[in-house]
Amino acid sequence: MTGPGRRPSLAVWKFASCDGCQLSLLDMEDELLALVEAVKISYFLEVTRAVAPGPYDVSLVEGSVTTQDDVERLQRVRAQSRFLVTIGACATSGGIQSLRNYAVVGDYVAAVYANPAYIRTLSSSTPISCHVPVDFEIRGCPINPHQLLEVLTAYLAGRAPRIPTHTVCQECKAAANVCVLVAGATACLGPVTRAGCGAICPLVGRGCFGCFGPAATANTASLAARLSADGAKPADVVRMFRSFTAGAPEFAKESAAHDT
Amino acid sequence: MTHNRNHSLDVGALARLEGESGLRVVVEDGSVTEVALNIFEPPRFFEAFLPGRRYQEIPDITARICGICPVAYQMTACAAVEDAFGATVSPQVQQLRRLLYCGEWIQSHALHVYFLHAPDFFGCEDAIELASLDRPALQRGLGLKKTGNLVMTTVGGRAVHPVNVRVGGFYKAPSRAAIRALAGPLKLALEASLETVKWVSGFDFPDVEGDYLFVALRADGHYPIEEGRVASSSGLDCTATEFAEVAVEEHVARSTALHARLFGRLPYLTGPLARYALNAATLSPLARKAAADGGLGPVCRNPFRSIVVRSVELVYACEEALRIVDAYEPPDPPALALPGMDEPVAGAAATEAPRGLLMHRYEIEANGLVRKARIMPPTSQNQLSIEADLRRVAENGLDLSHDELTRRAELAVRNHDPCISCATHFLDVTVETKP
Repeated sequence: MTGPGRRPSLAVWKFASCDGCQLSLLDMEDELLALVEAVKISYFLEVTRAVAPGPYDVSLVEGSVTTQDDVERLQRVRAQSRFLVTIGACATSGGIQSLRNYAVVGDYVAAVYANPAYIRTLSSSTPISCHVPVDFEIRGCPINPHQLLEVLTAYLAGRAPRIPTHTVCQECKAAANVCVLVAGATACLGPVTRAGCGAICPLVGRGCFGCFGPAATANTASLAARLSADGAKPADVVRMFRSFTAGAPEFAKESAAHDT
Repeated sequence: MTHNRNHSLDVGALARLEGESGLRVVVEDGSVTEVALNIFEPPRFFEAFLPGRRYQEIPDITARICGICPVAYQMTACAAVEDAFGATVSPQVQQLRRLLYCGEWIQSHALHVYFLHAPDFFGCEDAIELASLDRPALQRGLGLKKTGNLVMTTVGGRAVHPVNVRVGGFYKAPSRAAIRALAGPLKLALEASLETVKWVSGFDFPDVEGDYLFVALRADGHYPIEEGRVASSSGLDCTATEFAEVAVEEHVARSTALHARLFGRLPYLTGPLARYALNAATLSPLARKAAADGGLGPVCRNPFRSIVVRSVELVYACEEALRIVDAYEPPDPPALALPGMDEPVAGAAATEAPRGLLMHRYEIEANGLVRKARIMPPTSQNQLSIEADLRRVAENGLDLSHDELTRRAELAVRNHDPCISCATHFLDVTVETKP
């Protein structure tokens, strides 16, 4: 889509999130100045006051949808974006705030706050793809900046991004880590979680907690059986599958199966 | 036209902040009739879903409140849970935590000074435009930020949402070699931070001072980062648990963040100006000299000069990180095992997030599940003081053009590095079902 001499325009949008994934863009300290020469930053509220009108060649969307205003804003973002990429667990699966999807609504309303009428929010936190077509998803809580750079580079080169869809478990084997599940009976989601982080949790001797969401061929039932055999109670299994990517369909289904 | 006595500033979405907010200032016939920092970031209800989670999960879950200062959340959560158990971690664990936290201060302060704040002083829209005027400056900022991230990655396993932190300490102690390897980059960062103080102290600052009530931690013999008692410029001196009682939050229509007042009455300010005012004497000699060379007295009440204070804290964080690196002994064991429990416990802690005091309080059931969580982030504590600044800036800027006054009002908000994502983590809801 890019003509000669024209820099593609980049927009970064925030929905309900912690800002950590858009920060990952700035965390590419060595590449950042080259990147802003290759693309024109047209909308990126966290970084610039300047706003250029759409349409935008690439939109990066962080965060999940939790308000009716955001449902409508997202439609406008999609309409102005040629290539829409969601970044991070909130945007791709609803994020940790999707735990509200499992709460009894009345429990939330009843509690502490003086003036709940000031607050307008939806009863669920949903991923971007529930509302508009998404061209590419970058997983992670947070995303890996190298994956973001790969996706942007691939876009500029007109090729498909090379992002692994295998498991953390395979990443861990490749790194020659001792298996925390087999050797230490530590509960680990590595066998069902998508690669991308570098197996950093097993590297420090703890189990994977699923930041990157389900891998392509996640056998969650088999893993859950193993966790139970190692002593996990149903409530523990529920909590494991119901955290930063609780809304991902495979994890949501497995957590529901143990939620009695 | 020089005397425009009527202004109505509405900045729908403020740029160069973490999170989403707007501001509104109305001036009629030369007097300021309305100021508001409107926070419209959607709430994410952390306090509502923490109950029922295991206390061991608190550090990782609360880290997700803020991608800019996850370490602040992890450190405060760990300390609050440890307080509930009456447990004290080893000095080695405490030092490694302080090192990790220094990494976050360096990363976050470099981001704010160079990317979010400095462009305003050059009339630039952003740091990219600033780089076209002064590329070496921006490269210096990127270098500092990278070193902060390197410290966090080395100690925590990842810069955003580190994975190596647990209640009681760390999953794995980094090797001596890995920690010693930080010395080289930190020495360069220390030089860059001294350059930063020189650079920012030459900026042109509006002559505005606030009559702040400062609240910050105070620690024995050192500048407060990961621990300390809560102190104020009016003589408060208490534990985090006591502070949780006297800092009262209220809910107003214009904001999805709560507003905090001391004793339910007094607006107060946390953050670099407060830390510096209450603790300047405990800075290192080099940081004190940098402060003096940068034109700071023992107390700084000019919010625009917070960029100088933040830069002095960069010097301190780099030096402090180097000190810890040089003396590093891997904690063994890397984490304290907490005692078992047979009855519910409660505890609180406060630490100094880069943008101000962060307080967590938890009640934990005998089965290890969280019963109640309260999290008071810096920005909700600062919100009333930021609005008072907006009023002062508008009153002092009546003769400015509309555009200039708008820029200065935005700057008045950015002065305090507010993190809207942090401020809006909580609140309970009226649920509106989707049509």
